[in-house]
Amino acid sequence: MRDVAVIGIGMTEFGEIWEKSFRELVAEAGIKAIMDAGIEGEEIDALYIGGMSTGRFIGQEHVGSLAVEVAGLEDLHIPSTRVEAACASGGVAMHQGYLAVASGMYDIVVVGGAEKMTDVVGGEATNILASAADREWEAFFGATFPGLYALMAKYHMHKYGTTQEQLAMVAVKNHYNGSLNPKAQFKRRISVEDVLKSPMVADPLHLLDCSPISDGAAAAVLAPLEIAKKYTDKPIKISASIQATDTLSLHGRKRFDALPAAQHAAKLAYEKADIKPKDVDVAEVHDCFTIAEIIAIEDLGFVEKGKGGKATEEGLTALDGEIPVNTSGGLKAKGHPVGATGVAQINEIVLQLRGEAGERQVKEAEIGLAHNVGGSGGTAVVHILEVI
Amino acid sequence: MGVPRYWREIPSRYNLIGKKCGVCGKIYFPPRSICPTCRRKSAGKMEDYKLDGKGTVESFTIIRVPPPEFEGKSPYAIALIKMDEGCYLTGQIVDCNLDDIHIGMRVEACFRRIQEDGKRGAIYYGYKFRSLKS
Repeated sequence: MRDVAVIGIGMTEFGEIWEKSFRELVAEAGIKAIMDAGIEGEEIDALYIGGMSTGRFIGQEHVGSLAVEVAGLEDLHIPSTRVEAACASGGVAMHQGYLAVASGMYDIVVVGGAEKMTDVVGGEATNILASAADREWEAFFGATFPGLYALMAKYHMHKYGTTQEQLAMVAVKNHYNGSLNPKAQFKRRISVEDVLKSPMVADPLHLLDCSPISDGAAAAVLAPLEIAKKYTDKPIKISASIQATDTLSLHGRKRFDALPAAQHAAKLAYEKADIKPKDVDVAEVHDCFTIAEIIAIEDLGFVEKGKGGKATEEGLTALDGEIPVNTSGGLKAKGHPVGATGVAQINEIVLQLRGEAGERQVKEAEIGLAHNVGGSGGTAVVHILEVI
Repeated sequence: MGVPRYWREIPSRYNLIGKKCGVCGKIYFPPRSICPTCRRKSAGKMEDYKLDGKGTVESFTIIRVPPPEFEGKSPYAIALIKMDEGCYLTGQIVDCNLDDIHIGMRVEACFRRIQEDGKRGAIYYGYKFRSLKS
């Protein structure tokens, strides 16, 4: 297997982007990434595009073909594949792109991720998102997606003493980071009190504990590391790309205070990259709900199991903390167009490792990690990126 | 939504019929085709098994923003329940004050209306849980 590098990135602004269609979002992110990589269309060997539920959000499947058309690549007849793993669709698309280049099958691969969620009304979006859970044995009985994470939150609070205030601090931190990210959906700073006063969605999760419904797209260009310098002065090496799986339902898992698939992916990723959790300088984790970030920093080994709430309170994961987490604002503030999220996380890590993250730049960041989760933990993808 | 999709799950949703691995004896609910411990040895050896219906609340939440099918029914409680046979499932807790629900609470299954397919469509029934009087 060959080493793989990211040679280009691009993404749209995230938010309620009513004036732009799915097609336009895909085109914008793709063109930005291709321009950033400095490649010509003829050099592209394959496309992968992550999308959770384009069929239900915009009534359009077959978006692999759509992506080739918007990129004007149809005469090349290159393979283009849509990848679906709920909220981890983007991360799994990255993993597919990585495998394609690492195997030697393709040289230049463009990975995209996109979702257009605001073309349906609110209740419909909630119903579509519930399809990431077990429709027959969870959603049928009235469980919602926030409801499943609320079950984990309640369990974590009961077992470890994690508090609602500590959950709220995740949102406060991520909104602060979002205020420094021009592409974030929410640039408004909030307080712990704002979170606790916001309407309850599923106890103990308030509205401001939840990531929003968003539109957006992101892309990344991959190449073999050995030729990456031809395209960019700052190639970022993918030192690990690991995907792991668990049961579709939450009740089928071995434990409820962790996502075993994420723990497994993290362990294998650290082994592959030959680093320890404390070597990570910056991380993007899947904070679809505030409890998810607390569980994530534990699963990734940044802190012991059960200490995530306390660590957040003590500032470990703040922008100026020991391991800054979700410098982009995370899913919470940057926004969460589900299929785009995994690729947008890679965008942020590459910006940080190139030293191009502006006001939210982490000093001397050399190793970055992205943690992307599908559903309530049925899929997990961990990428480790490094400056070379 | 087509009726067969609901009809075929009736045994499990009405009567809590799960599966017992014919090799190791472990009980599964919802039903599974393969025991994840015995795997290929269990193929074709998963037997129907009726749960007793009693269990303990492992975690719970109160749904305040319901999905469209449960519009007008909120707030309602959803719980992760550990059944006495060792398997876990997801279900509503009813017939009690929402404030009285707690982790460790003993519950038993009861047969209830779950949702309906619009005003003229089929009504779907299944299990919910209520406090187990000792």
